[in-house]
Amino acid sequence: MTADAIGTGAAGSTRVGLFRGDKPIRPGRIVAWTILMMGGIAMVMPLVFMLSTSLKFPHEIYDLNLIPNEPTLENYTYVLADGRFYRWFINSLIVAIATTASVVFFDSLVGYTLCKFRFKGRAIVFVAILSTLMIPTEMLIIPWYNMARTFGWLDTYWGIMFPGMMTGFGTFLMRQFFESVPDDFIHAARIDGLNEFQIWWQVAMPLVTPALSALAIFVFLGNWTAFIWPLIATSTADLYTVPVGLSSFADEADVAWELIMTGASLATIPTLIVFLIFQRYIIRGVVLTGLKG
Amino acid sequence: MFAWRDRLTVGQKLAIWAWGFLAVPVVFYCVIRFYPTFESFAISLTDWDVLSDPNFIWFENYVRLWNDPVFWQVLGNTFMYLLLGTPISLLIAFVVAYYLDQVRFMHGFMRALYFLPFLTTAVAMAWVWRWFYQPVPIGTFNNILATLGFAQQPFLRSTTQALPAILAPAIWAGLGFQIVIFLAGLRAIPSSYYEAARIDGAGKWQILTEITIPLLRPTVVFLVVISSIGFLRIFDQVFNMTPQGDGGPLNSTKPIVLYIYETGFDAFNMGYATAQTVILFLILLIITLIQLRLLRGR
Repeated sequence: MTADAIGTGAAGSTRVGLFRGDKPIRPGRIVAWTILMMGGIAMVMPLVFMLSTSLKFPHEIYDLNLIPNEPTLENYTYVLADGRFYRWFINSLIVAIATTASVVFFDSLVGYTLCKFRFKGRAIVFVAILSTLMIPTEMLIIPWYNMARTFGWLDTYWGIMFPGMMTGFGTFLMRQFFESVPDDFIHAARIDGLNEFQIWWQVAMPLVTPALSALAIFVFLGNWTAFIWPLIATSTADLYTVPVGLSSFADEADVAWELIMTGASLATIPTLIVFLIFQRYIIRGVVLTGLKG
Repeated sequence: MFAWRDRLTVGQKLAIWAWGFLAVPVVFYCVIRFYPTFESFAISLTDWDVLSDPNFIWFENYVRLWNDPVFWQVLGNTFMYLLLGTPISLLIAFVVAYYLDQVRFMHGFMRALYFLPFLTTAVAMAWVWRWFYQPVPIGTFNNILATLGFAQQPFLRSTTQALPAILAPAIWAGLGFQIVIFLAGLRAIPSSYYEAARIDGAGKWQILTEITIPLLRPTVVFLVVISSIGFLRIFDQVFNMTPQGDGGPLNSTKPIVLYIYETGFDAFNMGYATAQTVILFLILLIITLIQLRLLRGR
């Protein structure tokens, strides 16, 4: 699998036609293309309905029309008025960024160590970290809750973040990518007088940046959408992340669906914008982590 | 001052560096992963309820699980999510990927459309779909059915329809991931295989069943395992799509993780909840072992 094969789609071919290998456009192919396109549009329809309803007045939400007769931002003004959503955004950002930074740093450090060092106990560390992949997080939430309660970590950022600061998955992903860093580079750097930390940080890390960004995307996304642990670890609205806050907000809003759709839109729009900008990198990153992990 | 350092061999120096790098992670894994794992088994043998000190009660929690009709129902629901979700999502994803792979015109745009739902927050989408399933005049699906002259459907209010209705957004959100993984798998098949088959006079169907699908086997195994584990751990959708997040109506949609959550964090029956997590662990372990078996058979 080359990176090129993942990202470029079918753009390489120069012949005309809807499908790869078509010379004249055949009617069957037009039908297939149309069905595929309609499927793609159907995939995003829930998001379109959500956004459209968030721009409607309450009396209009029963209509199926996608373009509101009188579009309004009133729902957004209302939902954002008490500042709760801003707070949840900041919480989610802090948690997701801090966790991502920690995972990228430590997983690549451990992955590098397991890949490039030979030392006593290496095999034990390797197997121990591998074995953590077999333990579902659901099995650990009650001990984690117990730990957080004992140390007073409930309702703190650290309480939300601590279980995810390092991952076995990322460690093995990075270990695989460090295989591609030639040992000669490391020996040369050692002769040049760099210490081992400098070799890792200045020589090895720049050579695996695609893997680092892929891991970062994956971890950030996972933390941004995480629900069950933040739900357990927080009980005051000030510490909620976006998914937990949205869940409680929607429960409260009851049948005010235009407000619920506004909340759902607020939770979704940032990721959509980021996706539209970094589309190619995100898909490539997800494929890379998916296949190598 | 540096005398002791000069006496070390290169290998010893590197070992010190390695353990220096591993120091913080080793502490992390011991405290945050291994200790809680053993603690989990231990708690499952107690009647701990957060408020009072735990008593050791041997396997009473497991006996109670065996005799708990709700637990069996919950287990059945969990496997329903898995047995419906995995084949349906993989089949759709494969068909889409198979054709999308051949599409050239607007390929990237189409791929983006299919991929987009994967990036959404499950909680937000659960509420969007919950709205879709409402009765007329609110719910979108029933409005469409009414417009087309079909009968109204109860969806989330029916004990038979609610589970598939909750599964739908879970499948929908996961399709994008499966499609891009399938696309990568299809791309990895050397085109010379296809050319050779075509020269040998193989038809399209023959190429699909005798070249494409067998060569995609690692991709399929990977996706089956990932999506099986995902469906076995379904929680966000059920919690947000059923009233009070109770997995209703009448427990008909409640998966094991929701039962664990209720037992542990509504009833604070930690011992009993932990016993359930141990069962979940065993189920996932068996699936992982089957995966290793299948991969070795390659």
